[in-house]
Amino acid sequence: MSSGTAQHARRAPAKVRRSRPGPVVPAGGRTRRGSRRGGWTPWLYLAPALVVLGGLLVYPIYQLGLISFLEYTQAQVSGGEPTTFQGFANYAELFGDGEFWNVVVATLLFAAVCVISTLAVGCALAVLLTRVRAIPRLALMLAALGAWATPAVTGSTVWVFLFDADFGPVNKILVWFGLSGFENYSWTYDRYSAFALVLFEVVWCSFPFVMVTVYAGIKAIPTEVLEAAALDGASTWRIWRTIMAPMLRPILVVVTIQSIIWDFKVFTQIYVMTDGGGIARQNMVLNVYAYQKAFASSQYSLGSAIGVVMLLILLVVTLVYLRLLRRQGEEL
Amino acid sequence: MSHSRVSLRIRRPWRLAAEATALIVAAVVAFPLYWMVLSAFKPEGEIQSTEPRPWTTAPSLDSFRRVFQQEDFGRYFLNSLFVAAVVVVASALIAFLAATAVARFRFRFRTTLLIMFLVAQMVPIEALTIPLFFLMRDLGESVPGIGLNTLGSLILPHIAFSLPFAIWMLRGFVKAVPEALEEAAYLDGASRSRFLWQILFPLVFPGLVATSVFSFISTWNDFLFAKSFIISATENSTLPMALLVFFKAEGNDWGGIMAASTVMTIPVLIFFVLVQRRLVSGLGGAVKD
Repeated sequence: MSSGTAQHARRAPAKVRRSRPGPVVPAGGRTRRGSRRGGWTPWLYLAPALVVLGGLLVYPIYQLGLISFLEYTQAQVSGGEPTTFQGFANYAELFGDGEFWNVVVATLLFAAVCVISTLAVGCALAVLLTRVRAIPRLALMLAALGAWATPAVTGSTVWVFLFDADFGPVNKILVWFGLSGFENYSWTYDRYSAFALVLFEVVWCSFPFVMVTVYAGIKAIPTEVLEAAALDGASTWRIWRTIMAPMLRPILVVVTIQSIIWDFKVFTQIYVMTDGGGIARQNMVLNVYAYQKAFASSQYSLGSAIGVVMLLILLVVTLVYLRLLRRQGEEL
Repeated sequence: MSHSRVSLRIRRPWRLAAEATALIVAAVVAFPLYWMVLSAFKPEGEIQSTEPRPWTTAPSLDSFRRVFQQEDFGRYFLNSLFVAAVVVVASALIAFLAATAVARFRFRFRTTLLIMFLVAQMVPIEALTIPLFFLMRDLGESVPGIGLNTLGSLILPHIAFSLPFAIWMLRGFVKAVPEALEEAAYLDGASRSRFLWQILFPLVFPGLVATSVFSFISTWNDFLFAKSFIISATENSTLPMALLVFFKAEGNDWGGIMAASTVMTIPVLIFFVLVQRRLVSGLGGAVKD
């Protein structure tokens, strides 16, 4: 994630002026240009990071791609059978499977709903925070911090318990409000209500990041600008559209991309809340699907092929992100 | 950031409505945590009641006792703590060095590296579970202590996955240290490593704390790797896995689950409260001019 990114987007003009190499050096400027280069020093500093990332990120990515082209099942893993090159056979099998496409569509739709809900709740509450005095603000901040700090596994168990058909308080409250259909209603039984339950948990634990970041962004807008606009008779909507939204854009980009990345790879919540993918695998998302294929049914090549598909989808998101950063004049 | 406050004049009834909304939302957001702690203290009978009440008249420690005595939860807790601590310290040190390299030196491939760190952040770690599984299996054959079924198999991948983000975030903090300071240090005869550890490191420390929050949480939360890599050696399991022990086919032990969840959440909450100011200002730094 790049909270640091937006920082430099804002600072960019100053930085560009300062570090642009070339003959035009302001008087009294850089005296140590030569040593800034540092010879081998930067590589020495980078060495540990590069070793770790090369060994545990780059190499596994290569392996993932490789396995996805091999025949790799229990026979090869522990039976000592030779691995054979399959070309695109694994992908053909995957793409020919109707369930795979179901899972892809479910993953994309579910992630989209999660992202939109998280952003909507987070932004709305950030605006709300700017409109209230210290005590309600502190209460909301603390509650959000608590939700944020809750590990995915415990959050999932607690939400399942809240919605438990027999012992959970949520159904009781709904019945008390006159919705008698929720008497002993099982949320995990139906596909959509099970997804909805996971959605609630995901929004609950990820809106705080959006809220806090956007709130910090709104606070960073100079008061004078907003007051001047208000004095000139600009409406609230107009102030939002012409002043606040453009200034908040870098932050909104960061939190949106971040949410996409998080919500696209939800694993723990689905796994814990729907007991490994739901009744008759109705709540499968790509992540859980890959895990089940590889570790539950020992079809490591198919699992790897799913991993490659996920990697490619997120690569596209990353490229979009980079383009957006570039357009904002980010200096790397 | 704190002194410039957005305070467009809002009429009184609207402000009161906003404040009421904020308090209600806060209550709803906090409710799951309240219910978790409450249920952990409820006696068995009250949890199994089909008329759940939002309070308890007879708080008991039975669920906690069950968690720690029957399921050896303390062991899992220490495992989780150890893994998270090693990951936080190791990735902070490695990221500090790397961030210094990309923030304070200009060298060939610098931009390429930065883009690679950015791309690396987006890699879905879940997708790499399969190759990492085989990597850990092979490593374990030659290097005992980091193979499957050991805590090392959880530590190594998490260091790798927290690094790209940590480097990217720390870069901003390292950049913010004025260059004049570095020049002054060298003029005073400080060596490069002396500047690095005795001047730059303390100055960047707040940033390291903010970064560590993220690596701590992602490690503490890890479920997938623990589930995939710790296959038979349950004594090397971590908290998220231990929690699942209480889910039983013949009926979940909700009291145990909630007590275990409480034990697992409290350290993170404490950690969050401790670093909260740093965290918010770290995120705020993203938008400050």
